[in-house]
Amino acid sequence: MADEPNVPASGTPAPKPAAKPAPPSVPPGLAGKTTSAAAAPRRPAAKKKVEDDTSPLLSRRGWIGLAWGSFTAASAAGLAATGRFMFPNVLNEPPQQFRIGFPDEYAPGVDERWKDRFGVWIVRTPSDMVQEAAGFYALLVTCTHLGCTPNWLSAEDKFKCPCHGSGFRPTGINFEGPAPRPLERARIVLAEDGQILVDKAQKFQFELGQWADPESFLRV
Amino acid sequence: MDAIKEFFNFFADPRVFFLLTTGAFVFAVWRRDLFVKPSVGYGLQIFLVLFFGLGLLDENFRLIIGKPDNVPIVGLIFLLLFFTWYSMRQAVLNDQRIANAEPVAEKVEEDRVWVWPDLVYIELICLVLCSVVLIVWSIVLKAPLEQPANAAATPNPSKAPWYFLGLQEMLVYFDPWLAGVVLPSLIIVGLMAIPYIDTNPKGNGYYTFKERKAEITIFLFGFVVLWSSLIVLGTFLRGPNWNFFGPFEYWDIHKLEALTNVNLSEYIWLRGLGVGMPSHWLFRELPGILLVSFYVFGLPVVFARTVFKRYYEKLGPARFYVTAFLFLSMLSLPVKMLARWLFNLKYVVAIGELFFNI
Repeated sequence: MADEPNVPASGTPAPKPAAKPAPPSVPPGLAGKTTSAAAAPRRPAAKKKVEDDTSPLLSRRGWIGLAWGSFTAASAAGLAATGRFMFPNVLNEPPQQFRIGFPDEYAPGVDERWKDRFGVWIVRTPSDMVQEAAGFYALLVTCTHLGCTPNWLSAEDKFKCPCHGSGFRPTGINFEGPAPRPLERARIVLAEDGQILVDKAQKFQFELGQWADPESFLRV
Repeated sequence: MDAIKEFFNFFADPRVFFLLTTGAFVFAVWRRDLFVKPSVGYGLQIFLVLFFGLGLLDENFRLIIGKPDNVPIVGLIFLLLFFTWYSMRQAVLNDQRIANAEPVAEKVEEDRVWVWPDLVYIELICLVLCSVVLIVWSIVLKAPLEQPANAAATPNPSKAPWYFLGLQEMLVYFDPWLAGVVLPSLIIVGLMAIPYIDTNPKGNGYYTFKERKAEITIFLFGFVVLWSSLIVLGTFLRGPNWNFFGPFEYWDIHKLEALTNVNLSEYIWLRGLGVGMPSHWLFRELPGILLVSFYVFGLPVVFARTVFKRYYEKLGPARFYVTAFLFLSMLSLPVKMLARWLFNLKYVVAIGELFFNI
């Protein structure tokens, strides 16, 4: 019998739990001065509606609701403002796509003239390691280890990062230090006016085999 | 004079520097009765004063030591050495008292606190000295401000604040996620937790070495040898292009160092077996993965069965393996550094396809 414990053997009702506390005794001097919620004696649980809320404005439950509600609203507003902060009205970023002049303005080797402004090295090579042709590629000036800007050391014929010592060959291949992969190349094509157009929005990574892409290299 | 400079430049080579620091540490712990002698303690400090004082005559040395960023690290060397020596001395003296069945120094006058005039005078002297030092320092040394930030121009060398130079040095040997996040967390957690994993109740409220040998040695190794000596190394010995330079060496931006690093897989498949790299990364990196797995999972078991058998029985498996894991993660740093310096080992596991390198 599943409900046996609920049927007392003696037939008398089970005694009520003793946990019910005695009504708090209010000192005579404080009677009537304390807030009703704290000092009012507990009503028997039999009454459904708790009638101890004598506050003129809100019930106790109402106050808690209001407090949590406003806290939640304020937090949500703060979070929304933080989110809005991620999308500024004005972005002073250099353009991702730019023309860098005509191919015959560049001598063979690494060209640093756009490093400060656009963050690319333009390299003119007689024979690319992947494309096996003469032409141009644009290397992004961001070290693949932790994002510092390496320096071009022409005497040593390498890019060298001053932060942790990563070294890259002019092709962009990493060969010393901790950099885990080669520098990235940007999209480089001829614009309709004959100038070289570099588009940093599209990147080509060697380890993914993307340097074979025709747009990662400009044949001349 | 040049011979002496060459001598110190030789010791500043990272391999020599690191092995020397570790060796000195092992000796100081092993023969601590010698290390804690006042003559040794004062002798070391006097040697350092002479080294820095006479070294200042050299222009290159002066440039590195006198850089406002680096001056605190000079102080750090003196203070770290002094406090290590001092606490070790207290510990050795107490160990002798314990061996003679005497109460430890801290328990001799337990009911007395030496406040007036002892503590108050010490505080007064410290107050005056610190004020003088800070005022002189702020007048003599200019704040190390640099030119406005420029995303396209990273200073060469580009150094982190001094307290992060240990981290920056770690980043040379590991991937950023490992050297910047996982290892520092494990090392710091390990340094904090290892002394408490041991349930040994002794050494509470007084200096002692003998009663907590393993904990003190591990902590000192992690803090003094790994953390602090890496800060010193990063501050004084790293120069342009993040190359190593001796303290008396000219910071030549065109210094050439052969740093061509080789992955373990290349060592094994190309140079060892001479069969070409396997095409799939899992097979290619299998030796490295097995090696790392053995280091993390196998080595603690080997230790528990052989060298640290008694320690294992004392701690029980759970405590022992947690300690061993934390200690081995800490130790992976010098292991990898030495492998890089000695064998040009780049990555043990190099899965570029998944951006996962160890």
